[in-house]
Amino acid sequence: MTKENVLKYITKGMRYDGRKMTDYRPVTVTYGVSHAAEGSARVKIGETEVIAGVKLAMETPYPDTPAQGNLMVNAELTPLSSPQFESGPPSVQGVELARVIDRAIRESKAIDLTKLCIKEGEKVWSVAVDIVTVNDAGNLMDAGALAAIAALKNAVYPTLKDDGSVDYNKKTDKKVPLQQTPIEVTVIKIGDQLIVDPLPEEEEALDSRLTIAFNDKDMLCAMQKGGETPLSVEEISAMVDLAMEKSKELRKKL
Amino acid sequence: MAAKAVKQEYPKRQDGRDWEEMRPIEGKVGIIPRADGSAMFRIGHTVAYAAVYGPRDLFPKFMQNPETGILRCRYNMMPFSGHGERVRPGGGRRSQEISMLMNKALLPVLDLKESPNTVVDVFIELPETDAGTRCAAITAASMALADAGLAMKDMVASLSMGHYNGKIMADIDGYEDCDVGISDIPVAYIPSLDKFSLLQLDGEVPKEDLIKLLNLAKKKAMEIYKVQQQALKAKFFAEDHQHKKVKQ
Repeated sequence: MTKENVLKYITKGMRYDGRKMTDYRPVTVTYGVSHAAEGSARVKIGETEVIAGVKLAMETPYPDTPAQGNLMVNAELTPLSSPQFESGPPSVQGVELARVIDRAIRESKAIDLTKLCIKEGEKVWSVAVDIVTVNDAGNLMDAGALAAIAALKNAVYPTLKDDGSVDYNKKTDKKVPLQQTPIEVTVIKIGDQLIVDPLPEEEEALDSRLTIAFNDKDMLCAMQKGGETPLSVEEISAMVDLAMEKSKELRKKL
Repeated sequence: MAAKAVKQEYPKRQDGRDWEEMRPIEGKVGIIPRADGSAMFRIGHTVAYAAVYGPRDLFPKFMQNPETGILRCRYNMMPFSGHGERVRPGGGRRSQEISMLMNKALLPVLDLKESPNTVVDVFIELPETDAGTRCAAITAASMALADAGLAMKDMVASLSMGHYNGKIMADIDGYEDCDVGISDIPVAYIPSLDKFSLLQLDGEVPKEDLIKLLNLAKKKAMEIYKVQQQALKAKFFAEDHQHKKVKQ
Protein backbone atom coordinates (compact mmCIF):
# COMPACT_ATOMS: atom_id res chain seq x y z
CA MET A 1 0.00 0.00 0.00
CA THR A 2 2.70 2.45 1.06
CA LYS A 3 4.74 1.35 -1.90
CA GLU A 4 1.92 2.13 -4.33
CA ASN A 5 1.39 5.51 -2.72
CA VAL A 6 5.07 6.39 -2.88
CA LEU A 7 5.15 5.41 -6.53
CA LYS A 8 2.00 7.39 -7.31
CA TYR A 9 3.45 10.57 -5.78
CA ILE A 10 6.95 10.10 -7.13
CA THR A 11 5.72 9.71 -10.72
CA LYS A 12 3.95 13.05 -10.26
CA GLY A 13 7.26 14.51 -9.08
CA MET A 14 6.17 14.71 -5.43
CA ARG A 15 7.68 13.40 -2.20
CA TYR A 16 6.14 12.69 1.21
CA ASP A 17 7.98 15.52 2.90
CA GLY A 18 7.55 18.07 0.09
CA ARG A 19 11.19 17.94 -1.01
CA LYS A 20 12.41 18.10 -4.57
CA MET A 21 13.69 14.83 -6.07
CA THR A 22 17.32 15.94 -5.86
CA ASP A 23 17.31 17.71 -2.50
CA TYR A 24 18.90 16.44 0.68
CA ARG A 25 17.31 17.18 4.02
CA PRO A 26 19.41 19.53 6.21
CA VAL A 27 22.83 17.95 6.90
CA THR A 28 24.84 18.70 10.04
CA VAL A 29 28.21 17.35 11.15
CA THR A 30 29.35 17.66 14.78
CA TYR A 31 32.91 16.68 15.67
CA GLY A 32 34.25 15.24 18.91
CA VAL A 33 31.03 13.81 20.35
CA SER A 34 32.71 11.05 22.35
CA HIS A 35 35.72 12.00 24.46
CA ALA A 36 36.69 8.34 24.94
CA ALA A 37 37.25 7.77 21.22
CA GLU A 38 40.39 8.91 19.38
CA GLY A 39 38.06 10.62 16.92
CA SER A 40 34.30 10.91 16.62
CA ALA A 41 31.51 12.69 14.80
CA ARG A 42 27.74 12.86 14.70
CA VAL A 43 25.94 13.29 11.39
CA LYS A 44 22.31 14.24 11.10
CA ILE A 45 20.45 14.19 7.81
CA GLY A 46 16.98 15.38 8.66
CA GLU A 47 15.85 13.07 11.47
CA THR A 48 18.42 10.41 10.60
CA GLU A 49 21.22 10.33 13.16
CA VAL A 50 24.45 8.35 13.08
CA ILE A 51 27.55 8.47 15.30
CA ALA A 52 30.94 7.23 14.16
CA GLY A 53 33.97 6.72 16.37
CA VAL A 54 37.60 5.83 15.76
CA LYS A 55 39.70 3.66 18.07
CA LEU A 56 43.40 3.07 17.50
CA ALA A 57 45.37 0.08 18.70
CA MET A 58 48.89 -1.25 18.38
CA GLU A 59 48.88 -4.54 16.48
CA THR A 60 51.02 -6.77 14.32
CA PRO A 61 50.56 -6.21 10.56
CA TYR A 62 49.04 -8.78 8.23
CA PRO A 63 51.75 -11.05 6.73
CA ASP A 64 50.99 -9.87 3.16
CA THR A 65 51.28 -6.16 4.09
CA PRO A 66 54.08 -6.04 6.68
CA ALA A 67 54.70 -2.29 6.25
CA GLN A 68 51.08 -1.16 6.41
CA GLY A 69 48.68 -0.37 9.21
CA ASN A 70 45.31 -2.05 9.48
CA LEU A 71 41.93 -0.50 8.71
CA MET A 72 38.60 -1.88 9.82
CA VAL A 73 35.14 -0.42 9.26
CA ASN A 74 32.20 -1.83 11.17
CA ALA A 75 28.56 -0.77 11.38
CA GLU A 76 25.95 -1.45 14.03
CA LEU A 77 22.35 -1.04 12.95
CA THR A 78 21.12 -0.83 16.53
CA PRO A 79 17.63 -1.89 17.64
CA LEU A 80 17.62 1.50 19.40
CA SER A 81 17.38 3.27 16.06
CA SER A 82 14.52 1.44 14.34
CA PRO A 83 11.77 -1.08 15.15
CA GLN A 84 13.06 -3.08 12.19
CA PHE A 85 16.54 -3.72 13.59
CA GLU A 86 17.15 -6.57 16.02
CA SER A 87 19.79 -7.38 18.60
CA GLY A 88 22.30 -10.03 17.75
CA PRO A 89 24.86 -10.60 15.04
CA PRO A 90 25.02 -8.00 12.23
CA SER A 91 22.29 -8.27 9.59
CA VAL A 92 23.11 -8.48 5.89
CA GLN A 93 22.06 -4.85 5.57
CA GLY A 94 24.52 -3.83 8.28
CA VAL A 95 27.31 -5.85 6.71
CA GLU A 96 26.69 -4.29 3.30
CA LEU A 97 26.63 -0.78 4.76
CA ALA A 98 29.95 -1.32 6.52
CA ARG A 99 31.58 -2.91 3.48
CA VAL A 100 30.53 -0.18 1.06
CA ILE A 101 31.83 2.51 3.41
CA ASP A 102 35.01 0.50 4.00
CA ARG A 103 35.56 0.28 0.25
CA ALA A 104 35.26 4.04 -0.27
CA ILE A 105 37.80 4.75 2.46
CA ARG A 106 40.16 1.98 1.38
CA GLU A 107 40.01 2.45 -2.39
CA SER A 108 40.31 6.24 -2.29
CA LYS A 109 43.42 5.65 -0.13
CA ALA A 110 41.92 8.10 2.32
CA ILE A 111 44.37 6.92 4.96
CA ASP A 112 48.01 6.49 4.05
CA LEU A 113 48.37 3.04 5.62
CA THR A 114 52.17 3.05 5.21
CA LYS A 115 52.34 5.98 7.66
CA LEU A 116 50.69 3.78 10.29
CA CYS A 117 53.70 1.46 10.33
CA ILE A 118 55.89 1.74 13.44
CA LYS A 119 58.14 -1.25 12.86
CA GLU A 120 57.86 -3.30 9.69
CA GLY A 121 56.48 -6.78 10.22
CA GLU A 122 56.07 -6.16 13.95
CA LYS A 123 54.17 -3.08 14.99
CA VAL A 124 51.56 -1.03 13.18
CA TRP A 125 48.64 1.16 14.17
CA SER A 126 45.28 -0.41 13.57
CA VAL A 127 42.40 1.97 12.86
CA ALA A 128 38.89 0.80 13.75
CA VAL A 129 35.99 2.92 12.55
CA ASP A 130 32.66 2.03 14.11
CA ILE A 131 29.42 3.45 12.77
CA VAL A 132 26.43 3.29 15.12
CA THR A 133 22.90 4.26 14.12
CA VAL A 134 20.88 6.34 16.58
CA ASN A 135 17.74 7.08 14.54
CA ASP A 136 16.89 5.57 11.18
CA ALA A 137 14.81 8.01 9.17
CA GLY A 138 16.27 6.79 5.88
CA ASN A 139 19.57 7.05 4.00
CA LEU A 140 21.81 5.46 6.64
CA MET A 141 24.36 4.73 3.91
CA ASP A 142 25.18 8.37 3.09
CA ALA A 143 24.93 9.43 6.74
CA GLY A 144 27.20 6.57 7.84
CA ALA A 145 29.81 7.29 5.18
CA LEU A 146 29.89 10.98 6.06
CA ALA A 147 30.13 10.22 9.79
CA ALA A 148 32.97 7.75 9.19
CA ILE A 149 35.11 10.18 7.23
CA ALA A 150 34.30 13.02 9.68
CA ALA A 151 35.36 10.84 12.62
CA LEU A 152 38.63 10.04 10.81
CA LYS A 153 39.24 13.75 10.19
CA ASN A 154 38.75 14.25 13.92
CA ALA A 155 41.08 11.41 14.98
CA VAL A 156 44.39 11.91 16.83
CA TYR A 157 46.91 9.34 18.02
CA PRO A 158 46.99 8.30 21.67
CA THR A 159 50.38 8.29 23.38
CA LEU A 160 52.70 5.41 22.59
CA LYS A 161 54.65 4.51 25.71
CA ASP A 162 58.32 3.47 25.67
CA ASP A 163 57.41 -0.15 26.35
CA GLY A 164 55.32 -0.15 23.17
CA SER A 165 51.92 -0.10 24.88
CA VAL A 166 49.30 2.57 24.32
CA ASP A 167 48.29 5.19 26.90
CA TYR A 168 44.70 5.95 25.94
CA ASN A 169 44.32 8.56 28.66
CA LYS A 170 46.87 10.83 26.99
CA LYS A 171 45.98 11.86 23.47
CA THR A 172 48.58 13.55 21.33
CA ASP A 173 47.78 16.46 18.97
CA LYS A 174 49.04 14.41 16.02
CA LYS A 175 46.31 13.71 13.49
CA VAL A 176 45.77 10.40 11.74
CA PRO A 177 47.16 11.03 8.21
CA LEU A 178 44.34 11.59 5.71
CA GLN A 179 45.09 12.22 2.06
CA GLN A 180 41.57 11.99 0.62
CA THR A 181 38.04 12.61 1.84
CA PRO A 182 35.76 10.22 -0.05
CA ILE A 183 32.08 11.22 -0.09
CA GLU A 184 29.31 8.74 -0.79
CA VAL A 185 25.99 9.56 -2.41
CA THR A 186 23.16 7.10 -2.93
CA VAL A 187 20.77 7.67 -5.83
CA ILE A 188 17.63 5.58 -5.94
CA LYS A 189 15.33 4.96 -8.84
CA ILE A 190 11.58 4.60 -8.36
CA GLY A 191 9.61 4.23 -11.58
CA ASP A 192 11.51 6.52 -13.95
CA GLN A 193 12.42 9.10 -11.29
CA LEU A 194 15.86 9.50 -9.73
CA ILE A 195 15.91 10.72 -6.14
CA VAL A 196 18.52 11.29 -3.46
CA ASP A 197 18.40 11.04 0.34
CA PRO A 198 15.45 8.62 0.54
CA LEU A 199 13.03 8.31 3.45
CA PRO A 200 12.40 4.75 4.79
CA GLU A 201 9.14 4.56 2.80
CA GLU A 202 11.01 5.49 -0.38
CA GLU A 203 13.73 2.93 0.36
CA GLU A 204 11.08 0.24 0.62
CA ALA A 205 9.60 1.26 -2.72
CA LEU A 206 12.88 1.52 -4.66
CA ASP A 207 13.44 -0.36 -7.92
CA SER A 208 17.18 0.14 -8.00
CA ARG A 209 19.79 1.90 -5.95
CA LEU A 210 23.30 3.04 -6.75
CA THR A 211 25.77 4.24 -4.14
CA ILE A 212 28.80 6.03 -5.56
CA ALA A 213 31.85 7.35 -3.72
CA PHE A 214 33.93 10.25 -5.08
CA ASN A 215 37.37 11.37 -4.02
CA ASP A 216 38.58 14.99 -3.79
CA LYS A 217 39.15 15.07 -7.55
CA ASP A 218 35.64 13.80 -8.43
CA MET A 219 37.08 10.42 -9.35
CA LEU A 220 34.75 7.53 -8.64
CA CYS A 221 36.32 5.27 -6.03
CA ALA A 222 33.61 2.82 -4.96
CA MET A 223 30.20 1.74 -6.19
CA GLN A 224 27.43 -0.56 -5.09
CA LYS A 225 24.26 -1.32 -6.96
CA GLY A 226 21.23 -2.45 -5.00
CA GLY A 227 17.60 -3.14 -5.69
CA GLU A 228 16.10 -5.74 -7.96
CA THR A 229 15.76 -3.80 -11.22
CA PRO A 230 18.74 -3.70 -13.61
CA LEU A 231 20.12 -0.40 -14.94
CA SER A 232 21.02 0.77 -18.48
CA VAL A 233 24.19 2.70 -19.34
CA GLU A 234 22.12 5.87 -19.78
CA GLU A 235 20.53 5.39 -16.37
CA ILE A 236 23.89 4.75 -14.71
CA SER A 237 25.32 7.85 -16.42
CA ALA A 238 22.49 10.02 -15.13
CA MET A 239 22.84 8.59 -11.62
CA VAL A 240 26.59 9.25 -11.55
CA ASP A 241 26.06 12.86 -12.73
CA LEU A 242 23.51 13.48 -10.01
CA ALA A 243 25.65 11.81 -7.34
CA MET A 244 28.73 13.82 -8.33
CA GLU A 245 26.84 17.10 -8.07
CA LYS A 246 25.45 16.11 -4.66
CA SER A 247 28.83 14.91 -3.36
CA LYS A 248 30.11 18.47 -3.76
CA GLU A 249 27.34 19.76 -1.52
CA LEU A 250 28.01 17.10 1.10
CA ARG A 251 31.77 17.73 1.05
CA LYS A 252 31.15 21.34 2.09
CA LYS A 253 29.47 20.09 5.29
CA LEU A 254 32.73 18.62 6.58
CA MET B 1 37.31 -8.93 36.58
CA ALA B 2 40.28 -7.04 37.98
CA ALA B 3 40.21 -6.33 41.69
CA LYS B 4 40.22 -2.75 42.89
CA ALA B 5 43.54 -0.94 42.57
CA VAL B 6 45.63 -0.52 45.70
CA LYS B 7 44.34 2.51 47.54
CA GLN B 8 46.41 5.61 47.10
CA GLU B 9 46.24 8.96 48.82
CA TYR B 10 43.33 10.94 47.46
CA PRO B 11 43.01 14.08 49.59
CA LYS B 12 40.70 15.89 47.19
CA ARG B 13 38.80 15.02 44.03
CA GLN B 14 40.81 15.34 40.84
CA ASP B 15 38.20 17.54 39.13
CA GLY B 16 37.79 19.83 42.15
CA ARG B 17 34.33 18.62 43.14
CA ASP B 18 33.18 18.41 46.77
CA TRP B 19 32.88 14.84 48.05
CA GLU B 20 29.10 14.98 47.88
CA GLU B 21 28.90 16.83 44.57
CA MET B 22 27.83 15.20 41.31
CA ARG B 23 29.22 16.06 37.89
CA PRO B 24 27.02 18.31 35.71
CA ILE B 25 23.83 16.51 34.69
CA GLU B 26 21.51 17.00 31.74
CA GLY B 27 18.41 15.19 30.49
CA LYS B 28 16.32 15.29 27.36
CA VAL B 29 13.42 13.21 26.06
CA GLY B 30 12.17 12.49 22.53
CA ILE B 31 15.64 12.37 20.99
CA ILE B 32 14.93 9.31 18.80
CA PRO B 33 11.85 9.98 16.64
CA ARG B 34 11.62 6.38 15.38
CA ALA B 35 11.13 5.03 18.90
CA ASP B 36 7.90 5.02 20.93
CA GLY B 37 9.78 6.80 23.69
CA SER B 38 13.36 7.95 24.06
CA ALA B 39 15.73 9.90 26.26
CA MET B 40 19.29 11.06 26.73
CA PHE B 41 20.92 11.40 30.15
CA ARG B 42 24.36 12.87 30.66
CA ILE B 43 26.41 12.94 33.85
CA GLY B 44 29.86 14.39 33.20
CA HIS B 45 31.35 12.41 30.35
CA THR B 46 28.96 9.50 30.70
CA VAL B 47 26.11 9.66 28.20
CA ALA B 48 23.24 7.17 27.84
CA TYR B 49 20.70 7.06 25.04
CA ALA B 50 17.54 5.07 25.69
CA ALA B 51 14.84 3.99 23.25
CA VAL B 52 11.59 2.24 24.13
CA TYR B 53 9.64 0.11 21.65
CA GLY B 54 6.31 -1.37 22.66
CA PRO B 55 4.26 -2.81 24.09
CA ARG B 56 4.66 -4.96 20.96
CA ASP B 57 4.21 -8.58 19.96
CA LEU B 58 6.63 -10.95 21.63
CA PHE B 59 8.27 -13.79 19.78
CA PRO B 60 9.12 -16.63 20.24
CA LYS B 61 5.65 -17.29 21.60
CA PHE B 62 6.75 -19.44 24.55
CA MET B 63 8.24 -16.31 26.10
CA GLN B 64 4.83 -14.67 26.26
CA ASN B 65 3.11 -14.26 29.60
CA PRO B 66 -0.71 -14.31 29.42
CA GLU B 67 -0.93 -12.39 32.69
CA THR B 68 1.30 -9.43 31.91
CA GLY B 69 3.54 -7.77 29.40
CA ILE B 70 7.23 -8.25 30.04
CA LEU B 71 10.12 -5.79 30.15
CA ARG B 72 13.28 -6.52 28.20
CA CYS B 73 16.33 -4.27 28.64
CA ARG B 74 19.46 -4.38 26.55
CA TYR B 75 22.52 -2.39 27.62
CA ASN B 76 25.27 -1.79 25.09
CA MET B 77 28.38 0.37 24.93
CA MET B 78 29.25 1.81 21.52
CA PRO B 79 32.55 0.18 20.44
CA PHE B 80 34.50 3.46 20.78
CA SER B 81 32.88 4.64 24.03
CA GLY B 82 35.25 3.10 26.56
CA HIS B 83 38.52 4.32 28.02
CA GLY B 84 41.23 2.17 26.60
CA GLU B 85 40.78 -0.39 23.90
CA ARG B 86 37.83 -0.77 21.55
CA VAL B 87 34.89 -2.60 23.06
CA ARG B 88 34.03 -5.55 20.84
CA PRO B 89 30.44 -5.38 19.59
CA GLY B 90 28.02 -8.06 20.62
CA GLY B 91 28.26 -7.62 24.37
CA GLY B 92 29.53 -10.04 26.94
CA ARG B 93 28.84 -11.18 30.48
CA ARG B 94 29.07 -7.66 31.84
CA SER B 95 26.41 -6.18 29.57
CA GLN B 96 24.22 -9.25 30.13
CA GLU B 97 24.33 -8.74 33.89
CA ILE B 98 23.69 -5.02 33.61
CA SER B 99 20.73 -5.61 31.29
CA MET B 100 19.24 -7.97 33.86
CA LEU B 101 19.84 -5.52 36.70
CA MET B 102 18.19 -2.73 34.72
CA ASN B 103 15.11 -4.89 34.38
CA LYS B 104 14.94 -5.39 38.13
CA ALA B 105 15.57 -1.72 38.82
CA LEU B 106 12.79 -0.52 36.53
CA LEU B 107 10.07 -3.18 37.01
CA PRO B 108 8.78 -1.91 40.37
CA VAL B 109 7.49 1.31 38.76
CA LEU B 110 5.85 -0.37 35.77
CA ASP B 111 2.49 -2.06 35.39
CA LEU B 112 2.29 -4.08 32.19
CA LYS B 113 -0.79 -6.15 33.14
CA GLU B 114 -2.89 -4.19 30.65
CA SER B 115 -0.80 -5.60 27.80
CA PRO B 116 -0.53 -9.37 28.33
CA ASN B 117 1.63 -11.43 25.93
CA THR B 118 3.55 -8.34 24.81
CA VAL B 119 7.05 -7.02 25.38
CA VAL B 120 8.35 -3.55 26.15
CA ASP B 121 11.88 -3.30 24.77
CA VAL B 122 14.35 -0.84 26.24
CA PHE B 123 17.56 -0.36 24.28
CA ILE B 124 20.52 1.52 25.74
CA GLU B 125 23.51 2.76 23.77
CA LEU B 126 26.34 4.73 25.32
CA PRO B 127 28.38 6.98 23.00
CA GLU B 128 30.82 8.00 25.72
CA THR B 129 31.51 6.63 29.16
CA ASP B 130 33.32 7.70 32.32
CA ALA B 131 31.93 5.32 35.00
CA GLY B 132 28.38 5.18 36.33
CA THR B 133 27.09 3.83 33.03
CA ARG B 134 24.49 1.40 34.44
CA CYS B 135 23.11 4.22 36.58
CA ALA B 136 22.91 6.65 33.66
CA ALA B 137 21.26 3.86 31.67
CA ILE B 138 18.57 3.30 34.32
CA THR B 139 17.95 7.03 34.66
CA ALA B 140 17.62 7.46 30.89
CA ALA B 141 15.48 4.32 30.50
CA SER B 142 13.09 5.56 33.13
CA MET B 143 12.64 8.86 31.26
CA ALA B 144 12.18 7.03 27.95
CA LEU B 145 9.49 4.76 29.45
CA ALA B 146 7.63 7.85 30.66
CA ASP B 147 8.11 9.48 27.25
CA ALA B 148 6.53 6.39 25.66
CA GLY B 149 3.41 7.10 27.69
CA LEU B 150 3.48 3.85 29.66
CA ALA B 151 1.59 3.60 32.93
CA MET B 152 4.17 4.23 35.65
CA LYS B 153 3.96 4.59 39.41
CA ASP B 154 7.03 6.80 39.50
CA MET B 155 10.40 7.26 37.88
CA VAL B 156 13.69 5.72 38.97
CA ALA B 157 16.72 7.92 39.60
CA SER B 158 20.08 6.21 39.73
CA LEU B 159 23.65 7.15 40.58
CA SER B 160 26.88 5.60 41.74
CA MET B 161 28.05 6.37 45.26
CA GLY B 162 31.61 5.99 46.48
CA HIS B 163 33.41 5.18 49.72
CA TYR B 164 37.04 5.92 50.38
CA ASN B 165 38.98 5.97 53.67
CA GLY B 166 35.84 6.67 55.71
CA LYS B 167 34.69 9.33 53.28
CA ILE B 168 31.33 9.11 51.53
CA MET B 169 31.11 10.47 48.03
CA ALA B 170 28.58 10.92 45.26
CA ASP B 171 28.94 10.06 41.57
CA ILE B 172 32.45 8.63 41.25
CA ASP B 173 34.08 9.00 37.86
CA GLY B 174 36.28 6.60 35.88
CA TYR B 175 39.55 7.79 37.41
CA GLU B 176 38.21 7.42 40.94
CA ASP B 177 36.76 3.99 40.19
CA CYS B 178 39.70 2.45 38.33
CA ASP B 179 42.83 4.37 39.29
CA VAL B 180 42.17 5.42 42.89
CA GLY B 181 40.27 2.25 43.75
CA ILE B 182 37.33 3.86 45.49
CA SER B 183 34.53 1.47 46.51
CA ASP B 184 31.73 1.72 43.99
CA ILE B 185 28.11 1.49 45.16
CA PRO B 186 25.60 1.92 42.34
CA VAL B 187 22.05 2.53 43.55
CA ALA B 188 18.65 3.27 42.02
CA TYR B 189 16.04 5.06 44.10
CA ILE B 190 12.26 5.22 43.72
CA PRO B 191 11.13 8.41 45.50
CA SER B 192 7.41 7.64 45.99
CA LEU B 193 8.19 4.25 47.58
CA ASP B 194 11.28 5.59 49.38
CA LYS B 195 13.03 2.38 48.35
CA PHE B 196 16.04 1.21 46.36
CA SER B 197 15.64 -1.06 43.33
CA LEU B 198 19.36 -1.37 42.52
CA LEU B 199 22.10 -1.92 45.05
CA GLN B 200 25.56 -3.23 44.33
CA LEU B 201 28.92 -2.93 46.03
CA ASP B 202 32.31 -3.30 44.47
CA GLY B 203 34.86 -2.69 47.24
CA GLU B 204 34.77 -2.44 51.04
CA VAL B 205 32.41 -0.42 53.25
CA PRO B 206 31.65 -0.61 57.00
CA LYS B 207 27.95 -0.95 57.81
CA GLU B 208 27.53 2.48 59.50
CA ASP B 209 28.95 4.17 56.45
CA LEU B 210 26.69 2.20 54.13
CA ILE B 211 23.61 3.55 55.92
CA LYS B 212 24.98 7.11 55.82
CA LEU B 213 25.80 6.65 52.19
CA LEU B 214 22.31 5.43 51.31
CA ASN B 215 20.75 8.43 53.01
CA LEU B 216 22.98 10.74 51.02
CA ALA B 217 22.14 8.78 47.86
CA LYS B 218 18.46 9.61 48.37
CA LYS B 219 19.23 13.34 48.40
CA LYS B 220 21.41 13.09 45.32
CA ALA B 221 18.87 10.94 43.49
CA MET B 222 16.29 13.67 44.07
CA GLU B 223 18.51 16.10 42.15
CA ILE B 224 18.52 13.65 39.24
CA TYR B 225 14.77 13.12 39.65
CA LYS B 226 14.24 16.87 39.18
CA VAL B 227 16.19 16.83 35.93
CA GLN B 228 14.12 13.86 34.73
CA GLN B 229 10.88 15.68 35.49
CA GLN B 230 12.07 18.91 33.89
CA ALA B 231 13.03 17.06 30.70
CA LEU B 232 9.55 15.55 30.41
CA LYS B 233 7.91 18.87 31.20
CA ALA B 234 10.03 20.62 28.58
CA LYS B 235 8.67 18.30 25.90
CA PHE B 236 5.07 17.83 26.94
CA PHE B 237 4.29 21.34 28.15
CA ALA B 238 5.77 22.71 24.94
CA GLU B 239 3.53 20.35 22.92
CA ASP B 240 0.55 21.25 25.06
CA HIS B 241 1.24 24.92 24.53
CA GLN B 242 1.46 24.48 20.78
CA HIS B 243 -1.76 22.49 20.82
CA LYS B 244 -3.59 25.33 22.59
CA LYS B 245 -2.27 27.83 20.11
CA VAL B 246 -3.61 25.78 17.21
CA LYS B 247 -7.01 25.53 18.91
CA GLN B 248 -7.27 29.29 19.25
